Amino acid sequence: MPDFVTSYLGSTLTPGEAGNQFWALVYVFVIFAGVSLAVMSMNWLERKALAHFQIRLGPMRTGPHGLLQPIADAIKLLLKEDIIPAGADRFVFWVAPLIGLLAAFTVYTVIPFGPSQAVSDMNIGILFMLGVSSLGVLGVVVAGWASNSNYPLIGALRSSAQMVSYEVAMGLAVVSAILMTSLNETGTGTLSMIGIVRAQQEQGVWFIFKFFPLGLIAFIVFAIAMVAETNRAPFDMAEAESELTAGYHTEYSGLRWSLFMLAEYAAMISVSSIAVTLWLGGWMRPFSRLLRGSAWDLIFSLFPAVTFMGLAAVAFVGVVRMPRRSDFKVQKIGLAVFGWLLGFIALMLLIIAIAGRSNGAAIPSTVNQSIGYIYWFLLKVAVFMYLFIWYRATWPRYRFDQLMRVGWKVLLPISLTVLVATAIVGILLS
Amino acid sequence: MPDNYFARYLPLLMHFGIATVLASIIVTLSYLVGQHKPNIAKMSPYECGVQPIGDTRGRFSVKFYLVAMLFILFDVEAVFLYPWAVILRELKMFGFWEMMVYIAIVLVGLFYVWKKGVLDWGLIAGKRGDI
Repeated sequence: MPDFVTSYLGSTLTPGEAGNQFWALVYVFVIFAGVSLAVMSMNWLERKALAHFQIRLGPMRTGPHGLLQPIADAIKLLLKEDIIPAGADRFVFWVAPLIGLLAAFTVYTVIPFGPSQAVSDMNIGILFMLGVSSLGVLGVVVAGWASNSNYPLIGALRSSAQMVSYEVAMGLAVVSAILMTSLNETGTGTLSMIGIVRAQQEQGVWFIFKFFPLGLIAFIVFAIAMVAETNRAPFDMAEAESELTAGYHTEYSGLRWSLFMLAEYAAMISVSSIAVTLWLGGWMRPFSRLLRGSAWDLIFSLFPAVTFMGLAAVAFVGVVRMPRRSDFKVQKIGLAVFGWLLGFIALMLLIIAIAGRSNGAAIPSTVNQSIGYIYWFLLKVAVFMYLFIWYRATWPRYRFDQLMRVGWKVLLPISLTVLVATAIVGILLS
Repeated sequence: MPDNYFARYLPLLMHFGIATVLASIIVTLSYLVGQHKPNIAKMSPYECGVQPIGDTRGRFSVKFYLVAMLFILFDVEAVFLYPWAVILRELKMFGFWEMMVYIAIVLVGLFYVWKKGVLDWGLIAGKRGDI
């Protein structure tokens, strides 16, 4: 293999830092595939979970337990008519979903899935993330304005006012986490995403528990603001379906509409990643200080395999519980194949976890470690993704004046207070 | 490390380019594959079956402009805080008090806006008659 392919393997730098553009490109493609897959499975999970919250079954027909529903939807959307309303501004109408998608996808450049598992590590990482993800507002406003229709315009105005208001509280909450990174010998903090997690590693505490309850309050402010930022329930004023049919994307159809959905879900994943990186220790496994030693390392490295085994077991329970009728045969076989696939992944992970313990084995221990990093990061993000669904099922929608009141009169003063308090504690400790 | 400074930001450009190409392909694909049978009802803006009257590019509540202006003020404040947060412990008390003065000035602005009722929407604002 060429030198630039092999030389990077085993490096402890991100491809961007190492200047290895080939691997950077590979990472970018992996991220695109991964995000698309995550959005599809999130789409399925959301419909399924919401249905069960409401004592329904949700999608059941397309594939076993509706597993092929997202693919069927994609094909349906592809074949739909691509309508541009007669009064719309054609170019702006065309460009709006692109802006939304670009803003949602470009932030993935700096998300650290592990100490070297990011496309690039920038010294302004978190500032870059907040800046680019807030460009999503532009896509929403432009889409609403270009449609030349009343519902999209009102939806776009509402959602831009909302996103912009919560952006402020969000930005201020982030500052208090950055202040915490400077509590080391040199006295200098960092804005780099990898650097922030490293700071938590060095201080041996997730920032959510730092200066209790200051870290926790900042985290809660961020967690509220990030739901509002992504226009999700209970802050989904932008697409309040009972008032505005679909908000800013009412006039969009087909794959153009699906770009908005893709951008929304990608943005949900990326803001969850910010929360995980800043407050929940990024790629660190839980209790890395308390429970250490090779025995605990082994136990925690078995977690990925155990997770996939659990998923496989759920699939097999589904196979057993299917009705014994001939018309369910195809679905049964499909689900069994899916279960075996999950079981195979679990087996692979188990082999890596067992064989990758010692150095010099056939599978280097760095592979084992990398899987651990990525697993813990994704698990934490997955918890947030489930919370997004749970919020939607549980809470009624806010009224617009309540929404603005919470943003400006509650969250903004709280995050400013937490910021000042963190600065005082940080100064006193030095 | 100034030597690979450019290399660090190059993946960003790659990422941006690939995202643009991907999104364009999706939109073009949907244009090519989907059917095209336009008619007057389909091309008119959706308004729950009612004939839309006039153009929507009219005037809307001034409150949205105010919120946008406030956002710029406060977000610029937040951006000023980022570099300060990084080197606060090097600046020691001087940097701390400097920023406290700055935050206090911005807070005075917030309370002024608050008392003026810019942050009130709906009923409260309606009673005062400044919607």
